[in-house]
Amino acid sequence: MCLAVPGKVVSVVEEEGLNFRRGKVDFGGVLKEVCLAYTPEAAVGDYVLVHVGFSLSIVDEAEAQKIFETLREMEQLEELEGP
Amino acid sequence: MKFLDEYREGPAAAQLARSIRRTARHPWTLMEVCGGQTHTIVKSGLVDLLPPDITLVHGPGCPVCVTPVELIDKAIAIAARPETIFCSFGDMLRVPGSSKSLLDVKASGADVRIVYSPLDAVKLARGNPSREVVFFAVGFETTAPANAMAVWQAEREGIHNFSILVAHVLVPPAMEAILSSPNCRIHAFLAAGHVCTVMGWEEYEPIARRWQVPIIVTGFEPLDLLEGVQMAVAQLEQGRAEVENQYRRAVRREGNRPAQQRIAEVFEIGPRKWRGIGEIPASGLRLRERYRAFDAEERFPIGIGPVEESSECIAGLVLQGLKKPFECPAFGTRCTPESPLGAPMVSSEGACAAYYLYGRRPHEGSESELPSAAPGR
Amino acid sequence: MKEVNLSCPVPRPADDFIVLAHGGGGKLTNQLIERVFLPAFGCPALDARHDGAVLNLNGLRLAFTTDSYVVRPLVFPGGNIGDLAVNGTVNDLAMCGARPLYMSAGFILEEGLPMDLLRSIVASMRIAAERAGVQLVTGDTKVVDKGKGDGVFVNTAGIGTVETSLQIGPAAVRAGDAIIVSGDLGAHGVAILSVRESLEFEAPIESDTAPLWAPVEVLLQARIEVHCLRDLTRGGLASAVNEIATAAHMGMEITESALPVREPVRGACEILGLDPMYVANEGRFVVFVPERDADRAVELLRGFSVSKDATRVGRVVEAHAGVVTLASRIGGHRVLDMLSGEQLPRIC
Repeated sequence: MCLAVPGKVVSVVEEEGLNFRRGKVDFGGVLKEVCLAYTPEAAVGDYVLVHVGFSLSIVDEAEAQKIFETLREMEQLEELEGP
Repeated sequence: MKFLDEYREGPAAAQLARSIRRTARHPWTLMEVCGGQTHTIVKSGLVDLLPPDITLVHGPGCPVCVTPVELIDKAIAIAARPETIFCSFGDMLRVPGSSKSLLDVKASGADVRIVYSPLDAVKLARGNPSREVVFFAVGFETTAPANAMAVWQAEREGIHNFSILVAHVLVPPAMEAILSSPNCRIHAFLAAGHVCTVMGWEEYEPIARRWQVPIIVTGFEPLDLLEGVQMAVAQLEQGRAEVENQYRRAVRREGNRPAQQRIAEVFEIGPRKWRGIGEIPASGLRLRERYRAFDAEERFPIGIGPVEESSECIAGLVLQGLKKPFECPAFGTRCTPESPLGAPMVSSEGACAAYYLYGRRPHEGSESELPSAAPGR
Repeated sequence: MKEVNLSCPVPRPADDFIVLAHGGGGKLTNQLIERVFLPAFGCPALDARHDGAVLNLNGLRLAFTTDSYVVRPLVFPGGNIGDLAVNGTVNDLAMCGARPLYMSAGFILEEGLPMDLLRSIVASMRIAAERAGVQLVTGDTKVVDKGKGDGVFVNTAGIGTVETSLQIGPAAVRAGDAIIVSGDLGAHGVAILSVRESLEFEAPIESDTAPLWAPVEVLLQARIEVHCLRDLTRGGLASAVNEIATAAHMGMEITESALPVREPVRGACEILGLDPMYVANEGRFVVFVPERDADRAVELLRGFSVSKDATRVGRVVEAHAGVVTLASRIGGHRVLDMLSGEQLPRIC
């Protein structure tokens, strides 16, 4: 099960303890309140994957870039190999 | 939108497609497990970018499709009670039970509400102390942490008019059931990326070893799926059978420990019946003893009548990837999204609905008129 | 290991009673029209299956339309049911190529409706009518028991004069025609959902409800050969294009990367699992013109704030008559079907 959308944490509320840790996450301009209990390290500015109102994972921005590095290398190889 | 748009770019997709073409030397059949992945494949016409020898088969990763008829019937019976507010994700509303769907019973006046999160259902329970709020807890492991938290919070806060109807299923037993079928023709799996953000991928390693199948933990955007295919094909050509992680930006090997802990606290593993496949041992979740009071099946002992089965729907064969939807005689004629014979035609990424919307209208005649509606794939 | 248990239910037919999906603007709505209304009332005007009827009255071409407004919530960012009622009626007439002139409004009010709310709805209608250049000349009021209505239902009828000799409608659509959409998609549907789902926006998404006669008039005056017009309402762009494809018995191709959708609308659709192509609009239309007129039509439309984001999104083709296909961003193709039932938020 499937639909988890990446969004940026813009605020965090922690007073009531870890299990009620929540925050506002920005999805391209839409703000939704999200339960952050499962990503205790998620801080303002981090991107998290949100599924049914819960963050499940912090997006690793460095890893996210790797596919594009691989593609760039592929492109260079293709150019070398010629048409 | 960051971390979405970049993974939908045409030129990058074309590049990955070329890489797959270069790597694939033999015909291979891959199964993507998750319904959300099927949805992307179908919506983006991804199959058009693959070489003809690579076949993608849609697996049973649509919890909507595999929720047993009896549970839908129970949901409907509970929803029909005047004191209940029945909450569900939108996905479940159109799935037919023995004689009707939740949407039908809503049309007849039952208080059925679509919610975005199980916490919304807890909120409703808090705000409506004289009503019984029941949440339809359907899903794979991805949704289990949310449902576990909802029950956990309800217990802590003493919200007693809240219960869940559990229909949780687990992916690894389903994969093993498919692999152990004598007709299995799957060479490699694209594992469900969001399930793995929760569970990690440790539990897939023994499966890859035992069955000698590559398993690629794959994301949900077009570039993710293409890279996943590329990685699977590369392993197959090299004769390897390992678990690899394509969805590196979201998944770690150990998964999400706090989420796993909360699931283990609230739920335990038990047998579950999969619609179209039958009972698979240790393939579902049920509430632990301590939280049994929140179990809607115990709170509302429902005697339901005999379950109506039609022999025309071949959902079981489709869900296991053994047949394609258009090989079903009822496809597109007696069975359409408006009048479905089975769940895979209703769910937005049920394999049959996907094919119906993506390519096939048999009564319209030649498929060759449509761009690359290639049923042979 | 396991025996395959075929487990399928007996289907419930969709035509025992009315379900919400019958009002969704998609397949079931069209089925209802075809199976219940047309057999009873069928006549050439109805059979044209266009937004309004164009009638000949002693040499004068009159457009006549009717509509009902049942939106919930009654008030939403960007407007209320009153704005929809006026603009929707005006737009149905505009889609016939007619100058909107007069309209009626029948109100079905639920007992207990706050008077202030009614006043503000009526005030909005007055402003919208002025803006659209239309006069509300007759009306009716009924009150139903509490619980028998959603606060307010409004039914309208509109009359306008067709000032072009063009026959505008699906029958005029030709292979090679450009398909142009007048602006960004999905704002109205998301504005409604934002209230229902408690979505917050950095900058609130407002309904796009607006009168559309002005840009249409300019196209006609510039002698653009307008073949077909349709305003996008429930069921979104996909449903409108499908309806025309079916009525015209022509194939159509839409290019996904050309579709204008604003980021917050996209964000809302992503988290709810909705497709913007199927989300309702109330101030957008699609126009079919010959290829040679397409660039000029887009330029003219962009001169109006209500259509400043007009853009070409597809074309009419000879192949696959009656079917609409989509060229996806990654270069794949698929059929873009009409909405099947209501689009429900999904998690899978």
